[in-house]
Amino acid sequence: MHNKLITLISSFVLLLFVSQAYAQDDLLNLLEQETQNKQSTEFVYATFKATRIINSQSVETTAGGNLNFIIAHRFGKINDGWYELWGLDNATIRLGLEYGITDWLNIGIGRSSYLKTADIYGKLRIIRQSSGAKNFPFSAVLFSNVAENGMHWSEPDRVNYFSSRLSYASQLLLARKFSNAFSLQLSPTYIHRNFVETKEDQNDVLAIGAGGRIKLSNRVSINAEYFYQLPGTNSEKFYNSVALGIDIETGGHVFQFHVTNSKGMIEQYFIAGTTGDMFDGDIFFGFNINRVFTLKKAK
Amino acid sequence: MKKSIVTIFILLVVSNVLFAQQKYFTRSGTISFFSKTPVENIEAVNHQTSCILDTQTGEVAVSAQMKGFEFEKALMQEHFNENYVESHKFPKATFKGEVVGFSSLTFSDETPNTVEVKGMLSIHGVDKQIKTSGTVSKVKDNYMAQAKFNVSPDDFDIKIPKAVINNISKEIEVSINLQLEPYAQ
Repeated sequence: MHNKLITLISSFVLLLFVSQAYAQDDLLNLLEQETQNKQSTEFVYATFKATRIINSQSVETTAGGNLNFIIAHRFGKINDGWYELWGLDNATIRLGLEYGITDWLNIGIGRSSYLKTADIYGKLRIIRQSSGAKNFPFSAVLFSNVAENGMHWSEPDRVNYFSSRLSYASQLLLARKFSNAFSLQLSPTYIHRNFVETKEDQNDVLAIGAGGRIKLSNRVSINAEYFYQLPGTNSEKFYNSVALGIDIETGGHVFQFHVTNSKGMIEQYFIAGTTGDMFDGDIFFGFNINRVFTLKKAK
Repeated sequence: MKKSIVTIFILLVVSNVLFAQQKYFTRSGTISFFSKTPVENIEAVNHQTSCILDTQTGEVAVSAQMKGFEFEKALMQEHFNENYVESHKFPKATFKGEVVGFSSLTFSDETPNTVEVKGMLSIHGVDKQIKTSGTVSKVKDNYMAQAKFNVSPDDFDIKIPKAVINNISKEIEVSINLQLEPYAQ
């Protein structure tokens, strides 16, 4: 009798156990388990809203087959006062086109009214921040440009070479999207100018830039950037570039409004050629408008 | 002793028959959605939709990564994730429900059966009961399932700014297409 009872109980326990093993009552949980077994790599997107943080390049690239038209303005100095309508009477402009050959390779051209300069550049993404199967903590992008100063020669009687008009900037852009709201970028920069005005000016300038953004909402962010020129690499009459701005994204456009002490909109001019003393009120109001056209649609 | 072993064995077999659920599964199903307005048409496809179907109870679950939706325009894809469905907060869309009366369906010659599907659709952190009709057919060992239904961004608390209110339809057509294979536990 006693034996029988034990058998009955153990059978019952076993039955319960077996039924438990089969009854996966929640199919969604089962799906969850199945998909976790096969983890994929998730690449970080939208570290910044635009391909510029403010003046400088961000790690964002224009997507493959897309053409990005960038209209940028910097007005005059705010401390010019009423007579110049706090700078609004004087505007310099840069018109730029940027094309995504692929998602990771961009080429661009631009024309600045400031120093009548044409520029051409390339941008190559080396690695993307990712999580999941493949984990990488930051994105890295190489940027390099050539600019041609188109101003009349200051001393036309001298023998002037075309190469004297050229200057170059190269950057390694390293950025991490720490959270959906916060991204930070470091931009070591090397600038070479074939020709400089005075003996005190150096041909080569080394600088390190830092830039970041904080999102206020899905479509609005506050951005800031600063470029520190390594001591002794540039004439002391040039200030470090500072900028503070706001990005507003509306469907196909990104509007960027900002204040900065730099008038130039290409790397060699704002990083190594900023003449505005921020503490003296030499602040320029400006904006960039980014408009993306999809020339080739993804398959 | 011998008797009890036999009893246990019989019980095991019985429990197997009782509880062994027949499940069908895929992780490469397709969900697409289509928004049609006079301004523009927006279309996106997700080819990594996972689904599991219990053919005994008719219960079904579907799950799709929001980031898995691919758009024609890269910028649309970015905005979809960043601004509309907020994929960083709500990475998945899920459905949990049942195919009504699945066990009483008969499958022959790959002929599709029209069925009613109802359950809870969850997008952007919002749950909503939906009901729609679809078709299921059996091709060899696999079940082929299709369904179409409409969703409204408003129902799932997906905010559309005034500037683009004419670009995005109030009724978005969602199509789902699955090929379910026997599920190996």
